[in-house]
Amino acid sequence: MSITTVIAPGAGLAPGADPAMPGGVGRLRWAVADALTVTKRNLIAYTRIPEALFFSTLQPIMFVLLFRYVFGGAIHPGDGLSYIDFLMAGIFVQSVGFGGIGTAVGLADDLQKGLIERFRTLPMARSAVLAGRTTADLVRNVFVLLLMTGVGALVGFSFPNGALGFIAACALVLLFAYALLWGFAVIGLTAPNSETAQVMAFPILFPLIFASPAFVPLSSMPNWLRWFATNQPLGAVITAERSLMLGGAHVPGSTAGHVLVALAWCVGFLVVLAPLAVWRYRKT
Amino acid sequence: MTLAIEARDLRKTFGREVRALDGVSFAVEEGTVFGLLGPNGAGKTTAVRILTTILSPDAGAGFVLGHDVVTEANRVRTLIGLAGQYAAVDENLTGRENLTMVGRLNHMARDVVATRANELLAQFGLSDAGDRPLKTYSGGMRRRLDVAAALVARPKVLFLDEPTTGLDPQSRADVWEMIRELVGEGTSVLLTTQYLEEADTLAQRIGVVDHGRVIAEGTPTQLKADLGATVLDVGFADVSLATQGAGVLGAVGAKSPTVVGTMVELPVDDGPRVAMEVLRLLDQHALVPTTFRIREPSLDDVFLVLTGKRTETDGDEPTGNSNDGQRRRRHTPVAAATSDGGTP
Repeated sequence: MSITTVIAPGAGLAPGADPAMPGGVGRLRWAVADALTVTKRNLIAYTRIPEALFFSTLQPIMFVLLFRYVFGGAIHPGDGLSYIDFLMAGIFVQSVGFGGIGTAVGLADDLQKGLIERFRTLPMARSAVLAGRTTADLVRNVFVLLLMTGVGALVGFSFPNGALGFIAACALVLLFAYALLWGFAVIGLTAPNSETAQVMAFPILFPLIFASPAFVPLSSMPNWLRWFATNQPLGAVITAERSLMLGGAHVPGSTAGHVLVALAWCVGFLVVLAPLAVWRYRKT
Repeated sequence: MTLAIEARDLRKTFGREVRALDGVSFAVEEGTVFGLLGPNGAGKTTAVRILTTILSPDAGAGFVLGHDVVTEANRVRTLIGLAGQYAAVDENLTGRENLTMVGRLNHMARDVVATRANELLAQFGLSDAGDRPLKTYSGGMRRRLDVAAALVARPKVLFLDEPTTGLDPQSRADVWEMIRELVGEGTSVLLTTQYLEEADTLAQRIGVVDHGRVIAEGTPTQLKADLGATVLDVGFADVSLATQGAGVLGAVGAKSPTVVGTMVELPVDDGPRVAMEVLRLLDQHALVPTTFRIREPSLDDVFLVLTGKRTETDGDEPTGNSNDGQRRRRHTPVAAATSDGGTP
């Protein structure tokens, strides 16, 4: 039932068909098995709407191309850094951020269509609907990051800090994306329908993504905005990620320090948003 | 003997204003079908949602095979299946995937679920469509799969919330046949419906629900005996003529006539014979009807009769209610009618 089962969907072994609810470890195994069942259902659903999958991945690709070729020429990250190397950290966070709207829409849709009512009549773990949704969307994010990496490499991203730094950066983005998904879950469970969920999520994301160092260097911003862009959660995560991707030399401050701040945001989001989402789920 | 389902004085209010359930009580014996009959918004679905552990009641209690639906919700969930307007299936998954998902969430082993899914697809005539996404199903097929999903874990108690609303006659007959088979195998069923005919065909007992209360309960025979076998609708050119007409026809029907707008509705036991007498009487009084129809009683008629009865026992004029017949149908609490037809 707790969040811990949600975060670690490891071994999904099926218990027997005993209809009584077990306690302790058995209960935990059921929670994990149920979460995996719902995860699978969500992943299958993604493959059944290839149009949605296609167009939702097309958008981040278009952003890469837009910034690389249209705006990129006018933005100078300085320091002898090429713009595409600068850009990738921002594109990653932007992709998982906008991708999270799908989490909100999906949950609102399940509520609206009555699927969650069905789940509530089943002897399954109460945590499984949210755990399954966020896990499936985490898998989707892995897919999106892989695709972005490929597209980035094609248009000139040079992995300045080597593979290890890049992988560490990806891991950080995925952790942050997962924490953020619980916020989108809250929106999905609050919105009266899926259309509204989409409209609600967008204005929250928009300033966080664009008033950040995602696409332009902080030095180009007025002081007050620079302060916000540096310290807001997406800004902090982008800075840490960029530091990992590019190596400390290109980002002021220590990489470890940036990563710690970003991790603190991830943990903070999880600790606040996950219980909030669970609470909303119980209330709806 | 343990009851399959018991509702004790269930109450539920949404927000501050909307009183969905205002003290609903009924009992369903094991191995029987109980029909909850009522119009949209009567509170049928709210009662089902409480008894299937989806919602908590504000007051009162519900039991499934003796287990409290609030304090023993998990136990109850292992005993029930729900199919209906609100418990959906996933339209992106195939029929088989939906059944498998529900089975796995019931913690059935993988091979057991696979066998059961095949069995159900065959039983519901969906074997050929089993591996197609639900998006490609017709309304009737989807409804059958919905019911199949409720049956994966072989529930002892089945809730069917308006299982045939919006279905074509053939699909409706299929669903009815399937319910009969299940009851033959010992399943207890709570069925909600807007159709008198459906409750009549399937249920051993019927509870009529309106405004969050059970206003009448009994066997279909008892309820219909109260109603008369058929209804004559006699339309007039205006309300005053209709009122006059109702006065003239006061004595010929099984029940007092009711005036709804310019229409007089007359429950009768022997339709054709009474029809002739009605025409003769109208002719004698020089009243010319604009429409004339003999039909089966509808749910509306049940309410008219129930509310009409209450007026009689209150000592009002039986036929003088033309102007407020409509209003009474909509707003008057009719709890007093519960005793009629409740017990033989």
